[in-house]
Amino acid sequence: MKFLDDFRDPALAEQCTKAILHLGTGHWKIMEVCGGQTHAIIKNGIDRILADRVTLLHGPGCPVCVTPAELIDQAVTLASREDVIFCSFGDMLRVRGGGRDLLSVKAAGGDVRTLYSPLDCLHIARDNPQQEVVFFAIGFETTAPVSACVVRQACQHGLRNFSILNAHVLIPPAIETILSAPQNQVQALLAPGHVCSVTGCAEYERLSIEYGIPIVITGFEPVDILQGIHMAVSQLEQGQARMENQYRRVVQYQGNKAAQALVRQVFRVVDRNWRGLGVIPGSGLALREEYEEYDAGKRFGLAESGAEASTSCIANMVLQGRRKPPDCPAFADTCTPERPLGASMVSSEGACAAYFRYCRNYKHANVTE
Amino acid sequence: MMEKPKDQAPACPFPMSVYPVVTMAHGGGGSIMRRLIDEMFAPLFDNPDFECDHDGARLSVAGAQLAFTTDSFVVDPVFFPGGDIGTLAVYGTVNDLAMCGAKPLYLSASFILEEGFPTESLRKIVLSMRQAALQSGVRIVTGDTKVVDHGRGHGVFITTAGIGRVDHDLKISQHAVRPGDVVILNGDIGRHGIAVMTQREGFSFETRIESDCAPLAASVLRLIEAGIEIHCLRDLTRGGLASALVEIARSSSRHIGIDEAEIPVCEKVRGACEILGLDPIYVANEGRFVALVAGKDAVRTVEILDSCFPGLGATIIGEVSDQEPGLVTVKSLIGVERILDMLSGEQLPRIC
Repeated sequence: MKFLDDFRDPALAEQCTKAILHLGTGHWKIMEVCGGQTHAIIKNGIDRILADRVTLLHGPGCPVCVTPAELIDQAVTLASREDVIFCSFGDMLRVRGGGRDLLSVKAAGGDVRTLYSPLDCLHIARDNPQQEVVFFAIGFETTAPVSACVVRQACQHGLRNFSILNAHVLIPPAIETILSAPQNQVQALLAPGHVCSVTGCAEYERLSIEYGIPIVITGFEPVDILQGIHMAVSQLEQGQARMENQYRRVVQYQGNKAAQALVRQVFRVVDRNWRGLGVIPGSGLALREEYEEYDAGKRFGLAESGAEASTSCIANMVLQGRRKPPDCPAFADTCTPERPLGASMVSSEGACAAYFRYCRNYKHANVTE
Repeated sequence: MMEKPKDQAPACPFPMSVYPVVTMAHGGGGSIMRRLIDEMFAPLFDNPDFECDHDGARLSVAGAQLAFTTDSFVVDPVFFPGGDIGTLAVYGTVNDLAMCGAKPLYLSASFILEEGFPTESLRKIVLSMRQAALQSGVRIVTGDTKVVDHGRGHGVFITTAGIGRVDHDLKISQHAVRPGDVVILNGDIGRHGIAVMTQREGFSFETRIESDCAPLAASVLRLIEAGIEIHCLRDLTRGGLASALVEIARSSSRHIGIDEAEIPVCEKVRGACEILGLDPIYVANEGRFVALVAGKDAVRTVEILDSCFPGLGATIIGEVSDQEPGLVTVKSLIGVERILDMLSGEQLPRIC
């Protein structure tokens, strides 16, 4: 597989690792923002091989983890209705809010369908005119254009039995929340490559200047991540702080302008509650007034349940990179992927789930100071 | 056996509160299914011959050593590239017998048919079963047919049971696994799961991926005839290579270390998995197995499997040690070990 195998090459990975270990003398704390990167790091053991030089802090970039419990409860309520076909990405099915998960709703007879492409919702809506079709629209800037596309097409085709339960969030405001916190330890950021392929680089350039830290837009394969870390460490060692793009084979400076325009046309920016982080100003997308009839929350008059995740775990600290999963007394004990207590254990993309899955036997390694 | 009065039944240790009704994950081949077996079936069915850690039971009947197993087939779609539900129904049970080291002899076949299912399709399935039985040297000797109302089935479900004869003294079981054993895989993984998923979801990839479904008994019997010191055999079905290895490590209380780079995955399957966000190590197979054999027999085992499955790339993927009992670890491509776990249920498509 071109452009993938090259970035999984053991010899190249070893070269990059050595280069990082021999670069300067400092010990640096670098946050990878995206859950996909967290998984690649833990799965491949990149954090452990670089432990002498770099502590990798895991960021909030797992869309499933940060979807508020109350929204999951709303999804469960909708999916339980007899007149609703509820469509979702697969990894939302096992996440609980205050009560059941969507898999349980399906088991109890709810019509819950797993999608690969949100556009399939439109076919489902057309084929089932007597039913209401609801799509659980979650994710960052990467999936927002597809949701926008579905809503616009539904509107163009006059589909009246389709709506979205919207949980779209934006990465930069969450990063700002972390960087501006007094306890912030992050010295450099690996920015999420796929998000930037849509949004472009300008926003990350601004963050880099404003907060005076290196930001490297980074891909998801082991060699991508090692190269991204190398670029960040080089800057840190030289006292520099700028935005760089490691993931140039995918990310262009301007991003995907068509996708950006589509998102602007359908959505507007609003404040949004993040599971584990609370309300972050300007961090969410809501449907614009002309598309509001496609908002499932409004269509079904959903009440907010006010459910919040367990407070006995430290998921909020983990999502901000202030603690690591094994620091939590509940980790791998009362909190497991089958019975998660906090946001970052609920999704397979979450940092706690990654530690549990790949290295729970190294429970005391890499604990944040 | 099921009619035991309620007051005599053991207390239920199964945590019903977590899933008060059955979910798809209870049949996904992962840890939730494992718990259903360990915490509900095993304690209630407990008897000296009960076997819940293996694909089949070894029984001693009038001096003969027999293997006995059963399997149900509910695959959707019924027809997929490289086979159909009939092919699977025969090979699946034949392979379970093979994993006990038995020579498969007889099969039963029960059909649950849904009203409205085309008889022409049923005939195709039965022809596949006949062909698969001939191919694997078993006789289908008895069966049953039930029909359910339209909407209460899914076209056709098939259950097969099988009896095989054990003609050797090897104790093939997880408990026979020893440090120093090598783990040998008979070919590349992931084809069946991807073939079925591609057909079910209507994906079209540039190249067609066919199921790997195949009978395994002949190759196992060749290993036994060659005097290979086989300790454990496991076919890789639901839950894939990962679940099979994790189950072996847990029930043998040994450590299995495997090398990611050694696991063969064909280019087509790798590409499909990449697009769908799946890990081939968890994807289902129907013609692949792992043999855990004494280290001294490693090379000969690979040679024999290579001759039985030409071109599939039988290979040593890891070995057994006493380092971390009950765990499977994988060496990543940058040389760091990580845990290999079972999934809790089915592998679900990811968001990004």
